Amino acid sequence: MRFEGLARLGRGVIGALERLGRAHLLLLAILGGTGEVLRRPRLLFDQIYNLGVLSLLIVGVSGLFVGMVLGLQGYYVLQQFGAEESLGIMVAASLVRELGPVVAALLVAGRAGSSLTAEIGLMKATEQLSGLEMMAVDPVRRILAPRFYGGVIAMPLLAAIFSAVGVLGGYFVGVGLLGVDEGAFWSQMQAKVDFQEDILNGVIKSLVFGIAVTWIALFQGYDTVPTSLGVSRSTTRSVVHAALLVLGLDFVLTALMFGD
Amino acid sequence: MGKRHTIEAMVGAFVALGVVALFFLAMKVSNLSMISGEDGYQLTARFSNIGSLKVRAPVTMAGVRIGRVESVSFDKTTYEAVVGMRIDAAVDSIPDDTFANIFTSGLLGEQFIGLEPGGSPEFLRDGDAIANTQSALLLEQMIGQFLFKKAGESG
Repeated sequence: MRFEGLARLGRGVIGALERLGRAHLLLLAILGGTGEVLRRPRLLFDQIYNLGVLSLLIVGVSGLFVGMVLGLQGYYVLQQFGAEESLGIMVAASLVRELGPVVAALLVAGRAGSSLTAEIGLMKATEQLSGLEMMAVDPVRRILAPRFYGGVIAMPLLAAIFSAVGVLGGYFVGVGLLGVDEGAFWSQMQAKVDFQEDILNGVIKSLVFGIAVTWIALFQGYDTVPTSLGVSRSTTRSVVHAALLVLGLDFVLTALMFGD
Repeated sequence: MGKRHTIEAMVGAFVALGVVALFFLAMKVSNLSMISGEDGYQLTARFSNIGSLKVRAPVTMAGVRIGRVESVSFDKTTYEAVVGMRIDAAVDSIPDDTFANIFTSGLLGEQFIGLEPGGSPEFLRDGDAIANTQSALLLEQMIGQFLFKKAGESG
């Protein structure tokens, strides 16, 4: 009893490392289920529908408003330097490089990741996963793998839609409302936004975020304590961890991609 | 079967929408529509100072972009900057006594290379070097020289 504090710290660290290990084993098992997904593409379509199509509304509307706010705020700063023609660059570059991938990932973590965790967690709590195992069906391959790939495929598409809608929102506010010259808006944007450097890197970012968000959601569901309290805690943790990981990864990726 | 079909149609529409958004970003937002590919030929030029010229900066002639800066390196024996440029293949009639300047677009804008054609009947080919160059005008140096001259006049 003398080293209770130290022992508690040790338990915490060991527990965290065990969870990390289990999460990676789960990821390996999911990747091992790739063949199953390819054999039954319908499972994958269902999940792209659940995670992608149903997230479309919130992602599209958020993109529109983020773009419009960027237009307003960017105009306010830029017109102080007489550079309001550069509004297009500012809106497009910040959306494509950062806001598109990051905000779309945060929205998907909240809208789709939480529901994934709750679904898998409840399946575990109601012993449906054990039931599948009993019927000699591997739940990781049958249930988790299609959800994982569904999320990974949907995320870059959602981020691209977010950015595109955002640019249009910035265009409506900048050109339509505030009177920025339309030609300058598009031509300066095209001159400064690079396809490889900005757009492809944005797609890579959203792909990484897609993997991170779905992986965390699935792991939290699969690893949940099978009670109502456990499922509710896992769902919360899924969103919090996904958001933190997305923001942390974003910093690392930005430093790697645009650091020099 | 009906519901199945609807889901598949929605997924198809979603994927198509995502691809359209990416296409929009590529063609309308970024410079992909303006990249003419890797064709064209290479020229080099040596400057004693390139200011803050960056890779991918435009190379212009008469104000029109005819190429891009491809590489910037330092020659440690002559202490000069070596700038490699890729010129569009269509512009194949640059005289070999052309003058290369480094200009700044606007007071605070980025720097670019401006080519001023000479009168020679010989044209530059792939891999040739532009002999006549003028370094970037550094605002700090100009202000310093101006102040120095003013001080000399009044003193």
